[in-house]
Amino acid sequence: MNSFDFDNRAGIAQRYPEVFRPDWWHRAGIAIGIGSAIALFLYGIVQLDIPFHRLSDGLNRLGEFVRLMVPPNPGSWAEVLKYLHALGETVSIAFLGTLGGALLALPVSLLAARNVVANRIVHVLTRRSLDTIRGVDTLIWALIWVGVVGLGPFAGMLAVICSDFGTFGKLFSEAIEVADKNPAEGVRSSGGNHLHSVRFGLLPQVFPVLLSQVLYYFESNTRSATIIGIVGAGGIGLQLAEQIRVLEWQKVSFLILLILITVSAIDWMSGKLRFAIIGKRAIA
Amino acid sequence: MRTAVPEFPEARLRELADRYAAAVAAKRRRIWLGCALLVAAAIAAGWMGDVNFGSFVENFWRFPAYFVSIAPKFSFATAWVDLSDWLWGLPRWTRLLGDTLLIAYMGTLTGALCGFALCFLASANLVKSRTTVFVTRRVLEFCRTVPEIVFALIFVLAFGLGPLPGVLAIAIHTAGALGKQFAEVVENIDSKPIEGVAASGGNWLQIVRFGALPQVISNFVSYALLRFEINVRGAAVMGFVGAGGIGQDLIEAVRKFYYSDVSAILLLIVVTVMLIDFVTERVRHRLLGLEDSAR
Repeated sequence: MNSFDFDNRAGIAQRYPEVFRPDWWHRAGIAIGIGSAIALFLYGIVQLDIPFHRLSDGLNRLGEFVRLMVPPNPGSWAEVLKYLHALGETVSIAFLGTLGGALLALPVSLLAARNVVANRIVHVLTRRSLDTIRGVDTLIWALIWVGVVGLGPFAGMLAVICSDFGTFGKLFSEAIEVADKNPAEGVRSSGGNHLHSVRFGLLPQVFPVLLSQVLYYFESNTRSATIIGIVGAGGIGLQLAEQIRVLEWQKVSFLILLILITVSAIDWMSGKLRFAIIGKRAIA
Repeated sequence: MRTAVPEFPEARLRELADRYAAAVAAKRRRIWLGCALLVAAAIAAGWMGDVNFGSFVENFWRFPAYFVSIAPKFSFATAWVDLSDWLWGLPRWTRLLGDTLLIAYMGTLTGALCGFALCFLASANLVKSRTTVFVTRRVLEFCRTVPEIVFALIFVLAFGLGPLPGVLAIAIHTAGALGKQFAEVVENIDSKPIEGVAASGGNWLQIVRFGALPQVISNFVSYALLRFEINVRGAAVMGFVGAGGIGQDLIEAVRKFYYSDVSAILLLIVVTVMLIDFVTERVRHRLLGLEDSAR
C-alpha cells in the first residue's frame, strides 16, 4: 500500500499547488475586516468615554449586589401576593397584546402581500407604514400610550398591540407570499371570486404558519412585557424597577426568579402547542 | 358502454357519508372549543389587566391628538425657519444617535464573541460531557431571559450613569441569544469533517477550528448582523434608565412635554433603524447567497 508520503511535503505541494498556495486576496480581505471591526471598537471606547477605572470598582459592587441577592426573599406573604398579581398583569399584557396585534395585522398583511393585492402602490405604502410602526420600540409605544390612557397595564397592552401589529404585518405578509398558488388558482378556475380564492385557497395553507408565529411572539412578548412597567405601563417591571431603585436586592432576585420561571413555563407550553399545530418537522 | 365509476350500494354510501360528517363535526367541535378557550382566556386576561373599554373610547381621541400635538408646526411662508426650529437640536441628536449605534455595536461585538466562545461548549455533537452542555445552556438561557434593560438598571447602580452599563447589558443579552442560535447551527452541521479531523489526530480545538468553523461562519455572521439590528432598537431605549444614547433625551422630551422635540427624535430614531435594517438585510442576503452558491 503506497498512499501519501507525508514527509515529502514539497512533492505533494508540487502536485497540488492550488491547495498549498496561500490566497493573499482572501487573507487581506479577512485582515481588513477584522482590523476595521477592532478599530471601530476602539473608536467607540474613545467616543463613548468608557471609564475603565470604574470597571473594577463596578465589578466589586456588582459582586456585592449578587451576595446581597441570595437567598431570594420576597419579605412577606402580602408582598408575594402583590408580585403574583403583577405577574398576572404581565402575562395578560403579553396575551392580549399578542392577540390584538395579530387580529389587527391579519387584514393588513393581506394588503401587504403581493399575491393578494396586485396594486404596487397599496403594498409598498402598507409595508412602509408597517416598517415605521416596527421601528419604534415597545417601550416608546408604552410611553406614548401612558400619556393617552394613563398609567397601568392597559397602556402596556396597547403598546404591545402597536409594536406587534408592525411585526406581525411583516411576518404574515411574507408567509402569505411564499404560499403555493395552485390551490388559489383551483378555486378561481372552479368559479370562485377573488375573496373566495383568498379564503379557501390561501388562508388554509398559511393559517398554521401564522398561528405558530403568533405563539412564538407570545413567548417573546412575555419577556418584553416584563419590562414595560419601567415606564409605568403596569406589570412586574414596575415592581422590579422599584425594588432595584430602593436596593432591596433579595426582593429583586425573587422577582427575577419569578420572571425566569414564568417565561420558561410559557416557552414550554407554547412549544408544545406549536408542535401540536404544525408538527415538529415544519418548525425545524 | 358502461362507465367505470364505482357505485357503492346505498347502505355503504350512507355509512361513508355519515362517517365523513362525523369527522367534520369533530373537527368543528375542536375548533369551537379552541375558540371558546381563547375567548375565556382573553376575558380573564382583560379582567386581570384592567382593560377598560369605557375609558379607552373616552380617551382614544388623545392618541391621534398626541400625534397632532407632537407634529411640527409648518407654514409655507416660513418653511425653512420652521424646519430649522424643529430640528434645532440636530447636531446634539446626531451625536447621541451615533452614541446609540456605537453602544449597539460594541455590545453586539462583545456579546457575539462571548456567544461564539460558549456556543461550542453548548453543542451536544462536539462536547461529550452532558454536564458541560447542560450548564452552558442554562447560563445562556439566564443571560437572554433577563431583559437587557433590567441588567442595565442594575449596572447603572454598579458602574454609574453613562454608556458603559448600556454596552454591558446589551453584551450579556446578546451573548445569551446568539450563544443559543450559534449552538443550534453547530448542532446541525455535517459530522463528516469533524470525524475526519478527529481521525487524523486533531485535538478538540483543531476539530472546532477545521471541522466545525468553516461550515458555520457565514451563518454566524448573518445571525450577528440580525442581532445588531435588534440591538440598535434596544440601545435606543437604554437612555430611559440612564445607560447612555438618545433614549435619555427622548424620555426627557416626553416627560417635559417638549412636543416638537419628541417628534424630531422619534423621526430620527425610526429613520436610523430603517437604514440599519436595510443595510444589514442586504449584507445578510449576500452572505447567505454566497453560502448557497458554495454548496
